[in-house]
Amino acid sequence: MATETTTTAAPSVKPKKEALFSKKNVKTLRDPLDDNNPITVQVLGLCSALAVTVQVKPALIMALGVIFVTTFSNLIISMIRKTIPNRIRIIVQLIVVAMLVTIVDQFLKAYMFDVSKKLAVFVGLIITNCIIMGRLEAFALAQKPWPSALDGFGNGLGYGLILVMVAVFREFFGSGSLFGYKLVPQWAYDHGYVNNGLMVLPPAALFIIGIYIWWQRSRNKKLINVS
Amino acid sequence: MKIVRNAVDSLKPHFGKGGRFEKLHPAFDALETFLFVPGHTTENGVHIRDAMDLKRTMFTVVVALIPTLLFGMWNVGYQHYRAYGMEVSLLENFMFGFWRVMPIVIVSYAVGLGVEFLFAVLKGHQISEGYLVTGLLIPLILPVTIPLWMVALSAIFCTLLGKEIFGGTGMNFMNPALLARAFLFFAFPAYMTGDIWTDLSPEPGHALVDAYSGATNLVYFDENYRQMTTVSDMFWGFEQGSIGETSVFAILIGAFILIASGVGSWKIITACCVGLLGMGLFLNLIAPADIPTHPMHTPAYYHLLIGSFAFGAVYMATDPVSAAHTEAGKWIYGILIGAFTVILRVFNPAYPEGVMLSILLMNVFAPIIDHLVVERHIKTRLKRA
Repeated sequence: MATETTTTAAPSVKPKKEALFSKKNVKTLRDPLDDNNPITVQVLGLCSALAVTVQVKPALIMALGVIFVTTFSNLIISMIRKTIPNRIRIIVQLIVVAMLVTIVDQFLKAYMFDVSKKLAVFVGLIITNCIIMGRLEAFALAQKPWPSALDGFGNGLGYGLILVMVAVFREFFGSGSLFGYKLVPQWAYDHGYVNNGLMVLPPAALFIIGIYIWWQRSRNKKLINVS
Repeated sequence: MKIVRNAVDSLKPHFGKGGRFEKLHPAFDALETFLFVPGHTTENGVHIRDAMDLKRTMFTVVVALIPTLLFGMWNVGYQHYRAYGMEVSLLENFMFGFWRVMPIVIVSYAVGLGVEFLFAVLKGHQISEGYLVTGLLIPLILPVTIPLWMVALSAIFCTLLGKEIFGGTGMNFMNPALLARAFLFFAFPAYMTGDIWTDLSPEPGHALVDAYSGATNLVYFDENYRQMTTVSDMFWGFEQGSIGETSVFAILIGAFILIASGVGSWKIITACCVGLLGMGLFLNLIAPADIPTHPMHTPAYYHLLIGSFAFGAVYMATDPVSAAHTEAGKWIYGILIGAFTVILRVFNPAYPEGVMLSILLMNVFAPIIDHLVVERHIKTRLKRA
């Protein structure tokens, strides 16, 4: 879809060593945050964005997990990209991603069991998150390890930003709190304020993402007529 | 009239190009076209201009809604005083309801038109008349006890996400008023279901009568349909429910106005009834014989009277924007609304009123229905060629 800009093959001949944070690399890192956001522009990874954003804390943990997986899967695949036979590349990618997801899953189970229970199956489902496979196919298979890792980190971050943003709205309006800490004072409830039950339901995430896309496209002229 | 015309004309330059209030031109335009027939003429090509423009269409619907509004106001008072066992005059009943319903109507109009106005100024287009109907429909499909800030929130939600985001009046694919109700239904379920249909503000010196129950017919319907109020009460509307939907009689007056003026499609209204009766009769046939109180045994014509089916079929399903447009499509669309309503009512106690959800569902499917009808027509024409 909108990934053509980043897939232009890396120049095969490179006369001199590129700086670690050259202009191009910074662009690789920054693009997924806004201009090429995996959720609002590429419209990938929506299922988990709907499912884990009821509260901020699980959303944040989920975002960190995805950042870890995208960064290292991009890095690993990029490092072995020349040895992967083209016909079985999807399987190889899956194995790498599955390994990383298992690490995240086991880590959460060991150190944050309550969050792990809340995220439930969605940690395991990071494997099927289209963002990861999309970045592997579109970027890591054709780029050097360092830009690939940056790209993975950027995409994970872009995903995480939206996730946390949606979760802030949903937790605040749905339960009147943030990170489980009550923000709406008791007198508001006494005067007839009621938590919005729709915000706890998955469609609310869709509304919020929709409004965000609306706002983003009215602000960022580059995105007009990109679908 | 002359004085008003002169006043408007003298103000006009200020709102025109280069005037002091150029930004507020949409507001002025709305006022002017509200007061006078617009002086637009066709600039090129041959067009037929009918007097039946959007403004008049919308106004006809508002007129058709007035019987339900007046009856609703009276019924709010009637239910209130009945719960306290008080005998009061017709006027007292009406005035009690008037003071309860008017704030809801005013808030709905003020907030919704405010959003429309904001968008008209920001986007520089005209204020459209679509909200005239939506603003009156929203109060009529809400319970009278709803807090006003929830009405405001739902009005914002439906105007913003139901209409403006898709391009304003005529671009919405769902009925905005129903969307407002669905929003409230899912956002604040405690205020949209249960014991909320009668205004129980205390009456000094009177206590609630023992026989009072906050349950509507739809609750009895799931438990034992034989406990429902009498058929005549359901027809005339002496029952609890949302403000405007109780009286089938008042709705029939509205339906007559809509059909006679050609604003509402009689095909959709008839098709809704056909679908509802058909599904009702079918369920009667397959109802379990050993459970005589099962809702599937409800006589099919009861479905026409209980809940807000009549209101939905006459005022909501016929919305010319979100309904199917092809003639055959209208029949399919209506029949499916009727059938789904009965299915939701009978088999899903969690959503006792299926009309709202089935109309919204069919709003979503209307373009597909139209597409299939057109494709089929093309195919039959090709075969003949």
